[in-house]
Amino acid sequence: MNYEAWVLDALLAFPLLAAVAVLLRPVREAKWIALVATLIEFLVSVPLWWKFDVTTAAMQFQVARPWIAGWGVWFRLGLDGISLFMVLLTTFTMPLAVLGSFNYIREKERAYYGLLLVLTTGMLGVFLALDLFVFYVFWEIMLIPMYFLIGVWGGPRRLYAAIKFFLFTFVGSLLMLVAILTIYYYVGRATGTYSFEYYHLLSNIQVTDRWGFWLFGAFFLAFAIKVPLFPFHTWLPDAHVEAPTAGSVILAGILLKMGCYGFLRFALPFYPNVVLDPTVVTVVVLLAVIGIIYGGLVAMVQPDFKKLVAYSSVAHLGFVMLGIWAATVQSLEGAIIIMISHGISTGALFFLAGMLYERRHTREIAAFGGLAKVVPLLAAALTIVALSSIGLPGTNGFIGEFLVLIGSFPIYPWAVVVAATGVIVAAMYMLRALQRVIYNKLDNPDNEGMLDLSRRELAVLVPLIALIFWIGVYPAPFLRRIETSTSMLVEQVRGAQAPEHFEVGGQR
Amino acid sequence: MWPVIDLGMPGGIAVALLPELVLTGWALFLTILVAWRHRSNDDQLLVGYLAAVGLVLTAAVVVVFWLAGARAGGLETMIALDSFRYIADLIFLLGALLAVLLSMGYLGRERILVPEYFLLLLYATVGMMFMGGGADLIVIFLGLEVMSVSVYVLAGIDRRSVFCAEAALKYFLLGAFASAFLLYGIALVYGFTGTTNLGLIYAQTTTWALQENTILLVGIAMLLVGFGFKVAAVPFHMWTPDVYDGAPTPITAFMAAAVKAAAFAAMFRVMLEALGTTAVVWTEAVWWLAAITMVVGNLVALAQRNLKRMLAYSSIGHAGYLLTAVASGTDFGAAAFLFYAFAYTIMTVGAFAIVAAAGRRGERDLRVEDLNGLSKRRPWLALAMMVFMLSLLGFPGTAGFIGKWFILSAAVEAQNGLLAVVLVGTTVISAGYYLPVVMAMFMKPPASDDVHEHVRVTGIARWVIAATAVVLLVLGVWPGRAMDAAEQGGQDLRPSVMITVSR
Repeated sequence: MNYEAWVLDALLAFPLLAAVAVLLRPVREAKWIALVATLIEFLVSVPLWWKFDVTTAAMQFQVARPWIAGWGVWFRLGLDGISLFMVLLTTFTMPLAVLGSFNYIREKERAYYGLLLVLTTGMLGVFLALDLFVFYVFWEIMLIPMYFLIGVWGGPRRLYAAIKFFLFTFVGSLLMLVAILTIYYYVGRATGTYSFEYYHLLSNIQVTDRWGFWLFGAFFLAFAIKVPLFPFHTWLPDAHVEAPTAGSVILAGILLKMGCYGFLRFALPFYPNVVLDPTVVTVVVLLAVIGIIYGGLVAMVQPDFKKLVAYSSVAHLGFVMLGIWAATVQSLEGAIIIMISHGISTGALFFLAGMLYERRHTREIAAFGGLAKVVPLLAAALTIVALSSIGLPGTNGFIGEFLVLIGSFPIYPWAVVVAATGVIVAAMYMLRALQRVIYNKLDNPDNEGMLDLSRRELAVLVPLIALIFWIGVYPAPFLRRIETSTSMLVEQVRGAQAPEHFEVGGQR
Repeated sequence: MWPVIDLGMPGGIAVALLPELVLTGWALFLTILVAWRHRSNDDQLLVGYLAAVGLVLTAAVVVVFWLAGARAGGLETMIALDSFRYIADLIFLLGALLAVLLSMGYLGRERILVPEYFLLLLYATVGMMFMGGGADLIVIFLGLEVMSVSVYVLAGIDRRSVFCAEAALKYFLLGAFASAFLLYGIALVYGFTGTTNLGLIYAQTTTWALQENTILLVGIAMLLVGFGFKVAAVPFHMWTPDVYDGAPTPITAFMAAAVKAAAFAAMFRVMLEALGTTAVVWTEAVWWLAAITMVVGNLVALAQRNLKRMLAYSSIGHAGYLLTAVASGTDFGAAAFLFYAFAYTIMTVGAFAIVAAAGRRGERDLRVEDLNGLSKRRPWLALAMMVFMLSLLGFPGTAGFIGKWFILSAAVEAQNGLLAVVLVGTTVISAGYYLPVVMAMFMKPPASDDVHEHVRVTGIARWVIAATAVVLLVLGVWPGRAMDAAEQGGQDLRPSVMITVSR
């Protein structure tokens, strides 16, 4: 059988099998099985990069088989330029997450690694599903492993953080379920075909336009909570801070992207008229910009390194939302690049926070100082990653933010002006923290005996840093793969509203 | 003749009643047996096993009817012959069977020696079968009384417990009150249609355009009040927490699952088959009942610390979900009910089985905190409890989700979008009390190392718990066949025989 036919099935099924293997084998093998499994998973997903056809915006590698056929529920999977990198980001992050947990997780290892593997399937399912029922099931299923990861292996306030995370997501997603069912019925009634298939619903979505605002609202709430868009972000700092390192990495790197992905895949193409409604635009862009500035300002005053990173996520995701709502080819490409690079940079920052914590059992920024002398490698890695998070040219952070800003400028000039100051705020909080942790005087004797990065930790960080520079210096291969799908999306959104083709920034 | 049964002939009626006759005959046989042997726990166990056999036998007869597609040759005079009845019967029989299996270990542990216990369960089940299958208001009422009287006694079966006695008395008084309402409703409906046969009532109301008739509407309101009591809809729910709390735990499970399912089955049959013409009017009333029941049931459950009481209130919330299916006023809603009732029976019995395993002396003092760290000592039990909790919550991957999805579909299809929103809103509230149970078991440390030492699940109960958990998961992933069957069952409630009454 050729690769295109089996790869998506394999990507979803393999982690589940591996999870069973983890549970059946002795405890000491658990982490190794998980590592090997996630590595294989990554290797299986890598050829997607080459096999992906950049000339078409259609779904590729499609799989379809009946599940609850009488109800029009089919197990449909597919991949396009928007989901390709989400999938690759997931498979890339998971082995690192497993490797990063080797020392941190000491109890109930089998359950922990089993849950990580189940989580992998859940996340990939969200990005691959082309049937709204399947999408919803994966969207919810993935809550359980994350709930346990936070609740069982988390920090001191883990119970509170876990239930808050669960409830916030649950509220949004249940309303989304009602919206999905409503669309299903109205489209079914109008066309005679009752099906949850994405394209079937998409091409007949206009029959629900009368309730477009409310249906869109249900999707919006579900995704905005997940992103998280200000003011729905309050679960995020708690969850991020309390989760174990790998949990934070996955939360920031992948889970938040599900919200963005939901906007790109469902909310925007389904209800372009509502998306571009002037009031909705004003509100969302305002919230995105508030998120950028507010996230940055709050990050500035955080004494806790992990919390600082968590709030910086709010700011980064604000850029993504701005790019999505500008809905030009460039801004959308930028948004997707930020989604990728935020996963890499913030993931790396959480890993580093975890490594610092493992050494000193504190995350207080003030407890560190002058680490450059003691642990030069760790300091260098932290510097690179922090700079990429700020968006220094030559790193991945710059490309995404730059594209979003120039892509959005013709549409929302004022928002872009304010958002651009967010980059300066980012520099302020990140550099302040960097200076305090790495460069100040080595005034705390506890820091003197710190060990530098081990080989295992290097193995976690080096791939991330390599990607930081790759995207920063030569993003063309990424953009090429994203472009066709985003152009298509822009057409869907803008085409519905304005008769003339909307072209901003011209061709590259 | 078979499988088309002529209900006009006495022989036809006898064939149509075969499932009920088998169970009644078996129960009478056991009654004689109990008169002989009632002195030791072994006698009691013997009766229990025999009761289980009787239930399985009856289920086999029902399955034969179902597979053969037995149906009525003409008007369904006394008893209906449709797949709604067969599926409903199977749900009651399953609920009763699970209750019997759980009771055998439980009665021994709690030192309750009353072999009649199992007889009463069988009689109650016979009553339920008449409720779900009756094609005449009188038959349904008789079924309801047979069931209720048996369950009144069951609620008070532990004569040494004052709470048990309180529960029984409360249940009896309020239940009698509710029966009176129902009977008055039946009388009014009869008064204005001249018949108690469901099919004929439908024909009369359609032909004479009685949907505006005030007295008929008052009759319908009375019926709704009567059913509302039995399904524990707010504001007729006051008896539920005390009765559920005081009764022996397997009986609580039986009441929460099977008794409620029977009341709903009767409600669907009467409302759709007889009063379908007036749906516009009564769906509005049920709409409000459903909304209030969901909100109140879930909010009050949130405030409970006692596990058994929490499940009692949560069962009120679930009654609200089922009322949402009623409020859709369609056969699709009836299909949703069949599926949900099946799933709900399984998960409720499973959850109560674990409550029974973890508690002592009627489980009145078992709090959520008492499950802290259960996963350390009894990992499989904790895992099963998690499945039940997630299924009750309606989480994907479990049968509870499919059921909720079914009900939501029915609501959306009937353009009750707002009610669907209330349903999901209250589901979020319910996460506030189901999740802490999961949290306690898996995320909190046990109070001491040996605190769960006494949590012991004996032979049969262990199988019951394992089987229910597995069925919930399997049904959550492959619900196709069960959903199709439920849909067929719902469609059978459409008034099939069009009778025109000459003016």
